Amino acid sequence: MSLVVAENIDKDYQAGEISIKALKGVSFQIEQSSFVSFVGPSGSGKTTLLNLIGCLDKPTHGRLRVADTDVSTLDQKQSASFRGNHIGFIFQDFNLIPVLTVYENIEYPLIMVQNVPVQERERRIMSLLEAVGMGEQRDKYPDQISGGQKQRVAVARALVTNPNVVIADEPTANLDSKTARMVIDLMKKMRDESGTTFIFSTHDPRVVAEAEIIYTLEDGELTGREAKGGTDDV
Amino acid sequence: MFNLLRIAVRNLRRYRRRTILTASLIVTGVVFVSVFVAVSGSFKNMMIGQITDSFLGHIQIHRKGYVASIDSLPLTMNLKSQAVKKIDEAIKGIPEIEAYSPRIKFAGMFSNFVETTNIKINGVYPEKEIKTAPLFLSRIREGEKIIKKGEILVPELLAKGMKAKVGDMVVVIATNKDGSVNGKQFRVGGILESVTGPGGRDGYIHIEDATEILRMDNMEISEIAIRIKEFSQLHETHNKLQDMLSKERTEQGKPIFEVHTWEKLSPFYNVATMIDMMTFFIKLMLVAIVLISIMNVMIMAVYERVREIGTIAAIGTLPGKILSMFVIEGFCLGLIGAVIGSILGGAIIFVINFSEITFNFGRQKGLILSTSVNPNDFLVISVIVIIVSVLASLQPAFKASRMDPVQALRHV
Repeated sequence: MSLVVAENIDKDYQAGEISIKALKGVSFQIEQSSFVSFVGPSGSGKTTLLNLIGCLDKPTHGRLRVADTDVSTLDQKQSASFRGNHIGFIFQDFNLIPVLTVYENIEYPLIMVQNVPVQERERRIMSLLEAVGMGEQRDKYPDQISGGQKQRVAVARALVTNPNVVIADEPTANLDSKTARMVIDLMKKMRDESGTTFIFSTHDPRVVAEAEIIYTLEDGELTGREAKGGTDDV
Repeated sequence: MFNLLRIAVRNLRRYRRRTILTASLIVTGVVFVSVFVAVSGSFKNMMIGQITDSFLGHIQIHRKGYVASIDSLPLTMNLKSQAVKKIDEAIKGIPEIEAYSPRIKFAGMFSNFVETTNIKINGVYPEKEIKTAPLFLSRIREGEKIIKKGEILVPELLAKGMKAKVGDMVVVIATNKDGSVNGKQFRVGGILESVTGPGGRDGYIHIEDATEILRMDNMEISEIAIRIKEFSQLHETHNKLQDMLSKERTEQGKPIFEVHTWEKLSPFYNVATMIDMMTFFIKLMLVAIVLISIMNVMIMAVYERVREIGTIAAIGTLPGKILSMFVIEGFCLGLIGAVIGSILGGAIIFVINFSEITFNFGRQKGLILSTSVNPNDFLVISVIVIIVSVLASLQPAFKASRMDPVQALRHV
């Protein structure tokens, strides 16, 4: 069974009196442990699609199943709970909580969302801090570390809940090429170690090159699927 | 809960200047209200104490209808010995009562053999009167601090007008209930300091002298003043006494007695009520200050942290927890303001007491403003501030909890 199954998804937005079709009849499947990238020009619908897979928004039409759950039928509370247990997020601007230290930022979803016992929390956080190379920065606040370090903390925060899927919207957009490379390598390494599926959107050709499956979006339509080792038309 | 508290406290520290400014506003409000409550409350209690302990007593019992015509001091409405006996029995059955004093009150003429003026006379048992109105003796400004047979304590204003001094002989003339006019010569035993309200121009004689002037074969009592052990039990004791005495009825089934607290008998009660009203409105102003300042700060906090709210919502924080996060922030602000305000208010009240500020009230001069700090007042004010802080945070917190994560994450 595929981890993400999208069947003929439409997403319409209302901008004043004008209705904008952000996604038109999008269908795809993503398997467990994949490293998938959605590419396309600005306004092609990448972020909208990631928001739908991340259960932050609902499709106007069509069916979307994530981890065996029809996410289009969940209410606000159920959606929040589903995200907390199944989905991790990495944001373009890192979005760490400024009043919490590196350690506490990673700890946040374990306390506030999953209620994980303290010893288990500590074990998971320390292991991830070591994995992302931030062990020595654990007591620093976000404004005391660099952009690349922030994104590494964000990767650890996304993975600490053992999610099925990590959604990363332009994760390297605010990073220099060396740091971007490091973050992509880290994401791939974490995928290999934890088996978590990474789905991200990007403009960055170096990041695209690392993806195993690349979906191309244009004007809200899925126009191509490229898997390492072959290309399909959608 | 601890983690929500930790985040709230850190967010307050993050916007330090704003937090200090808002907390200062609340502190100022709490200080102002607590000092006002302490000063006005002390003033009120002191004046009530002066009035009840100097002459009025806490509760008075009369024959039904007497209070309505109290200005004319009608002798026809006095309590006969049988009625007094019933009151005696009732009083003995109430352990909350500390002392009581039967009085014969009548209107008479006061003459220094040159001039004559009218006077209200109180015939009392000295020992009982002193136990019931313990400040009575302190009102005697000149002469021996005692009421002796054959002597009269003359009110200050009347003594001044009639040029009466301690040791002078005067005559008191009165009409008894049968209409016959009687007189008796008295030595001025002392000059009485005036007090606020009715009773300020009353003279005092021994009760046996009163029966002699009024030619009473059997003593008839105008009123019985009562002092209770704990002033806080005033209404309970009054109700108890009322219940016991209301059983006593005339042949027509009408009640024989009427029982009143000092509140019904002194016009100062209206002043006391006004003080209570002012205190209420001052508290209302505090509520407004806290409500506006906390709401303003929390609305700003939500507006400034929209992306942060989007992030924690995306991560999976339930709406209820986001709401709690902001409510706890408001709660902490209120708590800080209430605690610091109470400490500062207490310190100011201490300084006021230490400074021994004096003031005049009516004809009473040089009263020392002695403010009492009731921990309950601080507790009530603090609880009001904290509750209002939480209420003021609710609307912005609710808005934050209902925020659409997609919109919030897009916010710049």
